[in-house]
Amino acid sequence: MKNITKIGAVSALSLIIGASAAFAETIKVAFIDPLSGPFASTGTNGLHQFEFAADYMVNQNGGLLGGTQMEVVGFDNKISPKESLIQLQVAIDQGIRYIVQGNSSGVANALTEAVDKHNRRNPDSRVLFLNYAAVDPALTNDKCNFWHFRFDAHADMKMDAVTDSITSDSSIDKVYVIGQDYSFGKAVSAAANKFLGEKSDTIEIVGDELHPIGKVKDFTPYSRKIVASGANAVITGNWGADMLGLGKSIVENGYSGPIYTYYAAGSGITAAFGETGKGAIRLVGEGQVNPPPSDEAAAYYTAFKEKYPDGNVDQTRISNTIGMLAKAIEEAGTADDVVAVANALAGMEYDTIWGGKVMMRESDHQAIQDLHIFEHTNEGIDFPYDNSEYGVRVIKTIPMASADIETTCEMKAPS
Amino acid sequence: MDLILVNLIDGLVTGLLLFMLSAGLTLIFSMMGVLNFAHASFYMLGAYFAYSISLALGFWMGLLIAPLIVGVAGAMVERYGLRRVHQYGHVPELIFTFGLALLIEELVQFIWGKNQMPYDVPDILNFTAFAISGNSIPAYKIFMIFISVGIFIGLLYVLTKTRVGMIIQAALSYPRTVEALGHNVPLIFMGVFGVGTALAGVAGVIAGPVLGTFPGMAFVLGSIVFVTIVIGGLGSLWGALVASLLIGWITTFAKSYNIEMESILNGIGIATPENMDDNMFRDFWSLTSPQIADILPYILMVLILIFRPAGLFGKRTQ
Amino acid sequence: MNEQLKTDPTKPAQRMRAGGMTLSLAPWIIAAVAMMALPMIFTNNSALTIMNQMSITIIFALAYNMLLGQGGMLSFGHAVYAGVGGFFCMHLMNMSDFFATIPLPILPLFGGLFGMGLALIVGSFSTRSAGTVFAMISLGVGELIAASSVIVVAFFGGEEGISGDRTYAQPFFGVEFLQQIEVYYLTAAWVIISAALMYLWSRTPVGRMANAVRDNPERAEFLGYSARWVRYYSFVASGFFAGVSGGLFAINYEILTEENLNAASSGIILLVTFLGGVGFFFGPIIGAVVFTLVQTVLSLQTELWAFYAGCLFVATVMFFPGGLAGLIMMHVPAVKLGKWKLLIMPYIKTLIPAAIGILGLCALVEMTFHYRHGATGDNEMTLFWTTFDSHTLMPWLIAAAVTVIGIGIARMTAPSLKEAWDEANTMGGAS
Repeated sequence: MKNITKIGAVSALSLIIGASAAFAETIKVAFIDPLSGPFASTGTNGLHQFEFAADYMVNQNGGLLGGTQMEVVGFDNKISPKESLIQLQVAIDQGIRYIVQGNSSGVANALTEAVDKHNRRNPDSRVLFLNYAAVDPALTNDKCNFWHFRFDAHADMKMDAVTDSITSDSSIDKVYVIGQDYSFGKAVSAAANKFLGEKSDTIEIVGDELHPIGKVKDFTPYSRKIVASGANAVITGNWGADMLGLGKSIVENGYSGPIYTYYAAGSGITAAFGETGKGAIRLVGEGQVNPPPSDEAAAYYTAFKEKYPDGNVDQTRISNTIGMLAKAIEEAGTADDVVAVANALAGMEYDTIWGGKVMMRESDHQAIQDLHIFEHTNEGIDFPYDNSEYGVRVIKTIPMASADIETTCEMKAPS
Repeated sequence: MDLILVNLIDGLVTGLLLFMLSAGLTLIFSMMGVLNFAHASFYMLGAYFAYSISLALGFWMGLLIAPLIVGVAGAMVERYGLRRVHQYGHVPELIFTFGLALLIEELVQFIWGKNQMPYDVPDILNFTAFAISGNSIPAYKIFMIFISVGIFIGLLYVLTKTRVGMIIQAALSYPRTVEALGHNVPLIFMGVFGVGTALAGVAGVIAGPVLGTFPGMAFVLGSIVFVTIVIGGLGSLWGALVASLLIGWITTFAKSYNIEMESILNGIGIATPENMDDNMFRDFWSLTSPQIADILPYILMVLILIFRPAGLFGKRTQ
Repeated sequence: MNEQLKTDPTKPAQRMRAGGMTLSLAPWIIAAVAMMALPMIFTNNSALTIMNQMSITIIFALAYNMLLGQGGMLSFGHAVYAGVGGFFCMHLMNMSDFFATIPLPILPLFGGLFGMGLALIVGSFSTRSAGTVFAMISLGVGELIAASSVIVVAFFGGEEGISGDRTYAQPFFGVEFLQQIEVYYLTAAWVIISAALMYLWSRTPVGRMANAVRDNPERAEFLGYSARWVRYYSFVASGFFAGVSGGLFAINYEILTEENLNAASSGIILLVTFLGGVGFFFGPIIGAVVFTLVQTVLSLQTELWAFYAGCLFVATVMFFPGGLAGLIMMHVPAVKLGKWKLLIMPYIKTLIPAAIGILGLCALVEMTFHYRHGATGDNEMTLFWTTFDSHTLMPWLIAAAVTVIGIGIARMTAPSLKEAWDEANTMGGAS
């Protein structure tokens, strides 16, 4: 009995998988990120931005290599490394040669190793891994490989920018560092300690702690400590519900200084912060939205909002990823030979519509670009997030941030 | 000293919130023997309904109406779901509520989407009640304390002083006899389930604005509610209260004070190893209490189950 | 109160049948041949990967059912035994000197031993009583180990987990396990071996006593068996096979992370086992196959897969507490009576319209979802190989009509199905 069930089930399965593998007249990009579960909102919004970027920047301009269209295919990895590897295999079987992923450095680590092993073991179906948001520094340092490209600045580079901003503000002399108890939270804490120690003698770190990730129901005790410590700046790497909970709790319990953070915009968080976060939340990131850096950028954002009224362009690097991939494919003259495309990507300089340049460093495949410090506000916002009146506005720009940051990467080109 | 007072208040708020959930759960358990895994999901439904209602009618109507809707939904689940599964035994019942919890989470995402909801404290309560040496206590927290204490007193009164309460208590221990006396026991079951879930709904309504209203909010709270009633002793209302407050205070104090494992170990006479980097237990040595605050209740539960399986206030069985 | 959380032996659907002492070889041979042949039909790597995932889940679910079905113990934290076994295997993989001396196929054995080791420790206090106390201790221990996985970085590798490379093992008859297909055969061999061992275990005196202790611990004690020790043995054996599945996971994915330990994985294995049916040995196998397909293949088709999975699950618990296996085995009496042919026509008349009606309902759900969450101007959606505009009335009418008609017909023909069912299950009479 079980065999019959199994045969029936698996034949259905191979039909489904096989159906889409038969033809490949478009250049496909596999988007492997959570589309269900607790992180689905970030994932779904990211997929929309990728689909829009491919459509707006490539397909509406006549496609690539003389008319081939680009298609972004979503794969739901449920933010699980195991599922990501399964979906990677499915994507490769469908003839997809470009993988994009960004949510969770844990998944990115699993994927970059799996891609490296796959490419070594199967030279006929090699793939590139374009990482648009996983910021663990190790990915372009110890764990770097030829197939991985990162289009976001990594955690250390962002912390470099944050600490620049803090040291240039003379009113700040006590900093409190708090984060989630996992690799990223620890990396943020280590980087904050390192850079503040190097850059300033007067700033004191009055607190440095970790809390369990995704398990804290009430942040009040932490905010009490922060208020009691007399800190006048807080640095945190929190994201999602942990960011919202921490941020709101700190402000509501009497703290009045800035909160420097990485991820506190879009996906409902901007709307949920609302008035509470005004003047408190400061973010570091690439890609200026307010004020719009160019007419092109404004047109891009407006077109996006027309298509996705509930969405945000909160990851401008997504359009850079698509733009740079398209440029590399044109330069290589092929979309099938990923080694040629990778060689074209490495060292590429790209003029982004969000202002400035993006340079893909050859030595570690890390993008170097302008970083900005944004503030959460409702003043001077042309493009608010979450259909609220709030958005993020640039208050400081660091051109080509950390362009000379060291890397331990030993890039090995495939033989 | 001031900070201790502040922490006592914060812990009280957390504990009382937990109590509103565990009170309903423990009532339902003592009556029907069902560990309702979906209990925290009704808490989430409370927050979401209240948010939707507050958009149209304001916060106070949300506080009034949302728990009623949740209670009715809970009663319907009992009437058309649990009662059917009841005939199969306890494990299917429990697994039914487990599946229901998953389904409610998916349903919430389907209806409200996956984002955080901007559900906020009403303006009238959005001020600082008083401050203790720089630590402000928001008025909303005081409001939460009053609501939960009010509910506890009300519940205690209904259960011990009214006729309905007597029948419920009797039905808890001798359902057959109560039925023979002419009372409609299935109706009582449905009512208790409805009231229990409505209590969870109230907790959701008042916790949503401070703890966030998002699809994962049930999961964050889900198992800790079980831990509470197991520590307190299954079926004991007083146990639920004591355990809730205990957990509230333990976690609050563990987060507020950085107690390091290293100093504890040094204190009992174990010296710190010289070379920490390649020590197997390096992560153990660097533990601090805020890191493990939220898993302390689990440790407490396992210890209690090993040494006193009936819980703090549970009746000894067998 | 302590004894409440266990499968109820008085309900036939949940009673794991002891079965005869004679072993029938036929199903095992068929299963082995089928597993050998499957890769000939499904040659692409993703199908192999999915089948590997199924196999791992099958072993894990069978191990879980040793507790739930056979022993009547409900565990909320069983993933930790699989996970810890897997983590140890991964550490072995990274000990390159030692790893180079063992052939890869025996690695899961180490996983099993480590899973068993952890079960030996935890079981020593958790199996003292069954029921709620056992369930809650398993929940607590599960949460503790899962939480420590992000704290104890030295062993668990934090959030990123730890990874290794399976190809550094000693070649096994020249096979280096570079390709998915080689790993498939390794996994398949382990599935057959583990399933056979678990089946044999259920036929040993200890396995039998596990049933007895589940059904009536006092009586078992009076017969001179210690209920506690019987539970302990089952628990340890279950930990061993869970560890084996963890070892296979390590070989397949070459990475282990916190998700191998957390409460969600523990919950999923409970769902898988119950969906398949706890009352039959092969129940968890069906559950594992169906659930893996839903999770991996259905999720390629729709974002709402978890919603459908939840519905399927709740419906199973409400209407078929014996799970899918129970549903299949319901037909055994009719087959034995030789009257199963009576059921074919009524089934066609009821189930096909019902299936169509349910698909129509799914279409309505998908359209609602698309209408609410789709991009503006992006009105076209594709469903069941048809592309249409979700913002016009026509598709809604069609889907609603299909739903109403399908379910309507099913309801109309349901009484005759019931009659046929009763008839087919009654002894004697004209056929």
